[in-house]
Amino acid sequence: MDSLSRRNFLGTAAGAAGILIIPPSARAQSADPMLTPGVPGGVATYANMATLPGKKPLIQLSDRPPNYESPLEYFRTTITPNEEFFVRYHLADIPDVNVADYRLKIDGEGATNSVELTLDDLKKMPHVDIVAVNQCSGSRRGLSTPHVPGVQWGFGAMGCARWTGPKLKDILEKVGIKKECIEIGLNGADGPVFDKTPDFIKSIPLWRAIHESTIIAVEMNGQPLPHFNGFPARLIVPGWTGTYWMKHLIHIEALTKPQGGFWMKPAYRIPVGEFPVRDRFITQEDATSTPITEIVVNSLITSHRDGAKVQAGKVTISGLAWDGGYGIRTVQISTDGGSTWSAAKLGKDFGDYAFRPWSFDLHAKRGKNSVMVSATNMIGQTQTSKLLFNGAGYNNNVMQSITLNA
Amino acid sequence: MQKFAIAFVVALLAGTASAEEQVIKLKQAPGVDKVEGNCGACHSLAYIPMNSVYLDAAGWDAEVSKMIKAFGAPIDDSDAKAITDYLKKNYGT
Repeated sequence: MDSLSRRNFLGTAAGAAGILIIPPSARAQSADPMLTPGVPGGVATYANMATLPGKKPLIQLSDRPPNYESPLEYFRTTITPNEEFFVRYHLADIPDVNVADYRLKIDGEGATNSVELTLDDLKKMPHVDIVAVNQCSGSRRGLSTPHVPGVQWGFGAMGCARWTGPKLKDILEKVGIKKECIEIGLNGADGPVFDKTPDFIKSIPLWRAIHESTIIAVEMNGQPLPHFNGFPARLIVPGWTGTYWMKHLIHIEALTKPQGGFWMKPAYRIPVGEFPVRDRFITQEDATSTPITEIVVNSLITSHRDGAKVQAGKVTISGLAWDGGYGIRTVQISTDGGSTWSAAKLGKDFGDYAFRPWSFDLHAKRGKNSVMVSATNMIGQTQTSKLLFNGAGYNNNVMQSITLNA
Repeated sequence: MQKFAIAFVVALLAGTASAEEQVIKLKQAPGVDKVEGNCGACHSLAYIPMNSVYLDAAGWDAEVSKMIKAFGAPIDDSDAKAITDYLKKNYGT
């Protein structure tokens, strides 16, 4: 869309709103009670619970581009229902993709041929199912101390779904990958409002693209993808943060040079060596920064909010743990501020890339009860007790601590 | 686009909660018109209260500079100054 028509439309809509709209205070529900404690105070001054088409009410951090967070209460199931799943966009020009016109183009200097696939073509290919956590790189950014600019997410810029579709590897085989290929470039149908704003274009290393778990999802929890989660097809990179999970995927490019552009650098970078990540994106690495890759091991109490009132005596708390795909080994609970820890009971295992549910019975005494949670994964990585600060607010896996009042 | 605009108005008339246009009332102070006109062309004004109050003057300078240099926002120098002055004074530390 060119800037002029967008501006005209906005003018029209705003004009209409001025005449017709019911003041939001008269009917909108403030998101304040649903926010994660610790996000900047400014969020509570404006954010409402709001309902996108096909969604349940979500925390509306911004409507343009749409950034909607799932409240804690939506994480009481291992699989996040589509209507409760968070929404994240960088740029505000988001087309409704018409299935009949939809084409996925695969080409590039690193490919022998090029092809265009329809949605039907994707649906007819052999499919795999994978349950995987999609977590925004910036989930918990709002909890950074000091605060850092960006969308001020609390706990809920994540969700876990069963994704279904063809392997990216099988699609790349259709065009033939040359030995010079180093990265696979990704673009979606959404774009910027102004043509001078860099389009959201990403890449992943070739080795990650041909990984057995990397698929193009045409279904989410057995349904077509919701529009706001990337209809009709999006990339799924299990274990890696959401920035690579390109929505409304329309172009896959076999690259022989590192992908350039704002969204590869300086965006979505972590300081070299700060986090104990195994997966590296070597072709994009420089002396000081490297692309964010895998999700760091993390956990969350979802049965109770901080400050919740409980009865003295036995209280069952429960929640989720997850990581970058190594699998959860243990979840531990401390009720004495981290001096001693006891193992929680792990629930049903949906696979290494999924949320792992857990529960724990504690004895609440009258007054304040501190409860901390920490997960450890199968390769021995654990959560941190102190924030590993970085300017973008990524990879925050500080152990959560809440107080229950009995 | 026109279809969407009509649907939007119809939804408002019906008083349904499906029209979720975010209404952000920024602090009324000198420069607010420049903020609404420039910043609001590309993104919701929610980003301003969302990122408050913790940015200092240098922090707001960096944000406005990023919008112009990295995101290509067509904001002239005098508007850019009015915008940063407004943000520092009304949403800064």
